[in-house]
Amino acid sequence: MRARQVWAAVGALVLAKTVWAQAEPVSDPIEPVNRVVFGFNNRLDRYLMKPVAQGYVAAVPTSARVGVSNFFGNFGDVPTAFNNLLQGKVGAAASDVGRILVNSTVGILGFIDVASEVGLNKHKEDFGLTLGHWGVGAGPYMVLPLLGPSTLRDTVALPVDYAVGVQRAVTQEVAVRNAMTGLQLVSVRADLLGLDQTLEEAALGDDTYALVRSLYVQRRNNLVNGGAPPRHDDDLDDPESPHNQAKSAPLAPATAPTPESSPEKKESP
Amino acid sequence: MMPRFFRRAAVSVLCAASFVLATPVWAEDPPDVQVKNVSAEVLAIVREDKGIAAGDMRHAVELIDAKVSPHFNFTRMAALAVGRDWRAATPEQKTALTAEFRALLVRSYSNALNRFKELQIVVKPLRMEANADEVIVRTEVRQPGKAADTVDYSLEKKDGQWKVYDVSVAGVSLISSYRDSFGQEIKASGIDGLIKSLKAKNSKNSESDAASGNSAKK
Repeated sequence: MRARQVWAAVGALVLAKTVWAQAEPVSDPIEPVNRVVFGFNNRLDRYLMKPVAQGYVAAVPTSARVGVSNFFGNFGDVPTAFNNLLQGKVGAAASDVGRILVNSTVGILGFIDVASEVGLNKHKEDFGLTLGHWGVGAGPYMVLPLLGPSTLRDTVALPVDYAVGVQRAVTQEVAVRNAMTGLQLVSVRADLLGLDQTLEEAALGDDTYALVRSLYVQRRNNLVNGGAPPRHDDDLDDPESPHNQAKSAPLAPATAPTPESSPEKKESP
Repeated sequence: MMPRFFRRAAVSVLCAASFVLATPVWAEDPPDVQVKNVSAEVLAIVREDKGIAAGDMRHAVELIDAKVSPHFNFTRMAALAVGRDWRAATPEQKTALTAEFRALLVRSYSNALNRFKELQIVVKPLRMEANADEVIVRTEVRQPGKAADTVDYSLEKKDGQWKVYDVSVAGVSLISSYRDSFGQEIKASGIDGLIKSLKAKNSKNSESDAASGNSAKK
């Protein structure tokens, strides 16, 4: 018992030291390792996940695929509700519980997303975002095998959402559970078809690593901040900005405090 | 007496009319209306272009470029994506960067539109102060059977015209997303290296536009 507590404390300290020392932009200290895992994930995707997902799309009609997607989405609402509660967003948590109830009953075990029709919209929260909400910085960028882009905070948070999820409770039979997980993976991948090609075209050069990293970290930051719109603090320096062109430099310093002091900058204490 | 009055009235009316007609009041729709119109037009291009049906994107890309470019400030977008190093660039480098970045963006955008043609774009109503010169137009992009994504356009008023200088998809700013990759490239091979990479990328993309490599049918 004591050993576990000691490890927990050590873990917390290490986490605290690394994450609270971080400031944006992206810290990627193990980039070489990340790139290797990223390459592995991409190959796995290209030769396995994507073809299977494409086959799934070809073989299964849209309505059924939407049903499957909703079914797994319904399970996802449980950790979402839990995390909304942890973040003090009681209204949102109540809405999520409402979703689960409505979709599981009227929506026949979640296959039909009745709740969205009724105005209970889908949220997306997880324990990583809860930690972020509590002030924990994202920490260094990490690419996880199979799971893809993540950060130290989000990786540490994964087991919590897994523990809260009820998907495991559906059945004890390993074969059925594995089949469900497999179907979920294919369903999620099918929803993302086309995006990988868009990414490849949009990325500079041949590899999408830097772009994916940028997108992931930004997306997480925005989710923590409730989807705040982009603040362009850099353009106080931006010579092309009409603001700065109109102003004469010495009299109206471009770095005067503007209402744009971004609330999303996490200042390290 | 009477004819003089009428003459003066007629002259004032003519003056007023010419003043009104001379000011291009109709040229500048509010930014949300512009976003709505241009979005509808590019979607129409992608859905109806015969070249695309045959697997060739090039014509559609040209049309889309012509349609959207007047509404974008690509110079500022390139400057923001490049960041601090922009000031160190020569005017020729700036022009080249802007041109290549524009080609990259327009092509990726056109291909994405083509891939996700069944989408529906809904522009949210805009509340804007009368003399604002920066505004964010929020839109929702809906695909059948999926949750909506938000796409936000940051516009600035330059010389009386509204121009887009950033686009955010699901809260992720396009410009910020490129800053990382551009920064890495500049560190590795300078601004000229970045221009070269962009050029290479653009010619690679245009080759696959011409070939029917754009058959990512869902």
